[in-house]
Amino acid sequence: MADYTSEFDDIPGTRVFTAQRAKQGYNLNQFCMSLMKPENRERFKADERAYLDEWPMTEAQKQAVLDRDYNAMLDQGGNIYFLAKIFATDGLSYLQAVSTMTGMNIDDYQKMMVSGGRSPEGWRSVKDGT
Amino acid sequence: MARITAGLTTSHIPAIGAAIDLGKTEEPYWKPLFAGYEWTKAWARENVPDVVILVYNDHASAFTPELVPTFALGCADEFPPADEGYGPRPVPVVQGHADLAAHMAQALILDEFDLTLMYKLDVDHGLTVPLSLVYGQPEAWPVRVIPLAVNVVQYPPPTGHRCYKLGQAIRRAVASYGDDLTVHVWGTGGMSHQLQGPRAGFINSRFDNAFFDRLINDPDDLALVPHIEYVREAGSEGIELVMQLIMRGAMGPSAEELYRFYHVPGSNTAVGHLVVRPVDQPA
Repeated sequence: MADYTSEFDDIPGTRVFTAQRAKQGYNLNQFCMSLMKPENRERFKADERAYLDEWPMTEAQKQAVLDRDYNAMLDQGGNIYFLAKIFATDGLSYLQAVSTMTGMNIDDYQKMMVSGGRSPEGWRSVKDGT
Repeated sequence: MARITAGLTTSHIPAIGAAIDLGKTEEPYWKPLFAGYEWTKAWARENVPDVVILVYNDHASAFTPELVPTFALGCADEFPPADEGYGPRPVPVVQGHADLAAHMAQALILDEFDLTLMYKLDVDHGLTVPLSLVYGQPEAWPVRVIPLAVNVVQYPPPTGHRCYKLGQAIRRAVASYGDDLTVHVWGTGGMSHQLQGPRAGFINSRFDNAFFDRLINDPDDLALVPHIEYVREAGSEGIELVMQLIMRGAMGPSAEELYRFYHVPGSNTAVGHLVVRPVDQPA
């Protein structure tokens, strides 16, 4: 079991959503699901901090949401398909939101995708440097 | 008895659905992608099965963090399109085949596949985008659909081997159904993509095309590929590819490739599509 999850740590720039992370991120992801309802989206947009304080989330999770720091949300147990409810509320597409995690601006990210995407070279293994 | 007469795989990228719904399919970005499905649309008009068993994954629409079934079979009469936060897609309600689904539930559970059975299920882009790609924008879908939702969001998802075996069991279950029906099995999802972290945008066309070759010609070996290899070579969300092994298992030992299409990008993702048929048709 430990081997199964620790193997994923060798993949560069990746946080695999394991059963452990699902437990860690449960309340963060439940908050995201609440944004499926229009009335909740309105309340969240009106006062993000107050809405977040209604949820039993950690301070780090709340801050990551307020900062729209998607990598930090992943670190706190978030998963992209739940986090999608936040960027849908913000009116962003998957492409726009996903690009923010890469350190590239949206135009450069889109250019990379149209040119065939991120090459696997150098992104396979931290240990092997491949 | 019921017979499986064809299989199909396709990506199910949500932006493809939005492009269809918003009338953007002729735009330069999208045109080559949709052109790649024209062959299939013509083929599909000539080859309409009674039922499609549609393997897909839910994306935080029907399944919340509270419930994560590994395999969930849609046993209802109909399945409405889900509201994924932008309102439901303007597509027809999906009509199920509750009698075949009940038969499959019984056969598969007695065959030791411990399915979750869904009697109420809203279906998201994972299921409706493949229908739109193959059947366009009809008033009603021309086929009945039995959804089979697979968890590929939370790790561990089922192994490729388990998916392949489930496909083989589906073939047996369909063959033991009393009524004379034709059935297609679709495996959706993939190809390589990663939607999270600094590695997002990951695409591996060499792996993807080798995956298709192995899916057709060497599925027994492909089924043994471990999750770590999918993440390493196809990206964290590329793990959806295991669902295509359910389709392949349902084709039986030998399958013939009728059509293949591959295109980069569709949004953040590599688009891949196959049409196949089982070579040894049951009598």
